[in-house]
Amino acid sequence: MSTTLRIFCLLAAAAAAVPFVPGLIYPVFVMKVMCYGLFACAFNLLLGFTGLVSFSHAAFLGSAGYVTGALMIRFGAHPLGMPAAFVLGVAAAVAVGFAIGGLAIRRRGIYFAMITLALSQIVYFLAVQFRWTGGEDGLQGIPRGSLFGLDLTSDTTMYYVTLALFAAGFLFVYRVVHSPFGQILQAVRDNEARATSLGYDTDRFKLLAFVLSAGVAGYAGALKALVFQLVSLNDVSLHTSTEVVLMTLLGGVGTIFGPLLGAALVVGLQNYLATIGDLVTVVIGLIFIVCVSFFRRGVVGEVLHLVRRRAERPSEAAPERAEPAHRAPIPTVPAPEKAVQA
Amino acid sequence: MPDISFQALMAQLTIGLIGGCFYAMLSMGLAIIFGLLNIINFTHGAQFMMAAFLAWIGLTQIGPWLGYPEFQVNFWAALLIAPVLVALFGMAIERTLLRRLYHLDHLYGLLLTFGVALVMEGGFRYAFGVSGQGYEPPELLQGPVDIGFMLLPKYRLFVVAASLVLCLATWYLFERTKLGAYLRAGTENPRLLQAFGINVPVMITLTYGFGVALAGIAGVLAAPIMQVTPLMGGNLLNIVFAVVVIGGLGSILGSMVTGLALGLIEGLTKVIYPEASTVVVFVIMAGALLLRPAGLFGREV
Repeated sequence: MSTTLRIFCLLAAAAAAVPFVPGLIYPVFVMKVMCYGLFACAFNLLLGFTGLVSFSHAAFLGSAGYVTGALMIRFGAHPLGMPAAFVLGVAAAVAVGFAIGGLAIRRRGIYFAMITLALSQIVYFLAVQFRWTGGEDGLQGIPRGSLFGLDLTSDTTMYYVTLALFAAGFLFVYRVVHSPFGQILQAVRDNEARATSLGYDTDRFKLLAFVLSAGVAGYAGALKALVFQLVSLNDVSLHTSTEVVLMTLLGGVGTIFGPLLGAALVVGLQNYLATIGDLVTVVIGLIFIVCVSFFRRGVVGEVLHLVRRRAERPSEAAPERAEPAHRAPIPTVPAPEKAVQA
Repeated sequence: MPDISFQALMAQLTIGLIGGCFYAMLSMGLAIIFGLLNIINFTHGAQFMMAAFLAWIGLTQIGPWLGYPEFQVNFWAALLIAPVLVALFGMAIERTLLRRLYHLDHLYGLLLTFGVALVMEGGFRYAFGVSGQGYEPPELLQGPVDIGFMLLPKYRLFVVAASLVLCLATWYLFERTKLGAYLRAGTENPRLLQAFGINVPVMITLTYGFGVALAGIAGVLAAPIMQVTPLMGGNLLNIVFAVVVIGGLGSILGSMVTGLALGLIEGLTKVIYPEASTVVVFVIMAGALLLRPAGLFGREV
């Protein structure tokens, strides 16, 4: 069992203990962190491991949330309502991801980011205009239904179901990153021309990564809709798309745990700063500036960097890490702490 | 197709043309900045908003603040001062923050300008609230003018004329003057240009300032037409990004033509199928990507 998985088991065990220690930390807060953590992991799969910036992840989170929510409102009482609504919500996010990703990968770099931003605006305007999304009001009072006989109306049951679904989603992302497929994605990130010359159809891999990332974001969105029993326009807005960028950047782009920590920090910040109102945006903007200017590895990335430097010190003249992109070898071992440099 | 009166069609097209003027001015600024700095200026919308706010502050707030209620900075003065102030602010950011990121991936410049935009928008929202502030057009340009088939507010006609002049002047500056030749050389090969004795870092700062000033002029021009709110720029910038994707960032003339054309199409959509008018630019962008992935005037980066 790798260190990463061991740490994850510890985290999951700690999260499982939360309902037994009332007053220390709110279970609702932990559920929110798990939803956004998964969302940030999905984003990180794309930015950290494939090197693509998307400003459309709210569209995936929101479309899955809307579909799951709308189905639960109509068919929530059915015994299979919740799993069906959940799966269809994720499917909706995958479909939206396929549409946006398919168009966006036609251009590179900065255009890619702008295209995802512009296309996600279509999703936003559709959510405003459709009747089944509730327009400006969004969807409220979404029933949680039941999962294989487990009544989810109880907050404690929902908490453990959320934890289980979160763990499944996190391990899925971990598995993807450490699979041969994930290695190819990192090769595309580090040196696309070389990956192409090795015979990989890089556009296909980028699209697949995009759709996978959209699917996981949708998974987080469907979960969030059930946990909080509401979906609002904010979930599909640019604001949410940028929040996930911040979570990933703050925690550490291209690290396994960075997005989780980033999500916890940002969600916590919003909770504790809720009283200062509009200044929250200013604080978030300042964190962006500080992260980008002085702190590009993120919290987890900096820690890993320190640990690694310490480990390397005894060996003589460690080779410079930041090799030029055209000479960087395609990693054959997982190098999750490497930030986007190509 | 529904029965549309000629009047209504022309009215919507005129509104579309005015929208197109703003798209043109803003996308031109983005193209200029991108050409030399290789970053997408996500702060562009916030800088546009800041200039509009400065104009509004100058007209309605600064007098009471200073204790002389009659004192105002009128529209014409604001049209000069606000863009300069916004450009200075932009250049300060370029010097202190943006400069450190040039050797890194484009992504970081994008995220930094994005963070600056958040700080600016949040700050103005904190200071002035989200409700829109009105701005009276200058006395000289109040009232309508008869342009044959309809009555058009004088101010709107002025905006169209001013922005066309501004766009053409910028095009001339970049494509037909020696200074423009330096700038284009800087886009192609900054190192070689430096070797010829041009101070490239200063040139980059000034170029950023110029692009920002264009957004500033657009912001002051927009103040009497749009409500002055902290979010006015961000909303507009989303559309301008789509315009830029369609037209490409490689050509100044291209971004100008695309901006105007998309404004007109948006106006036309408001007549034919109003529900789609908010998304038509994005849909056209999607179509253009399917048909011409490299952009209409663009070159691949």
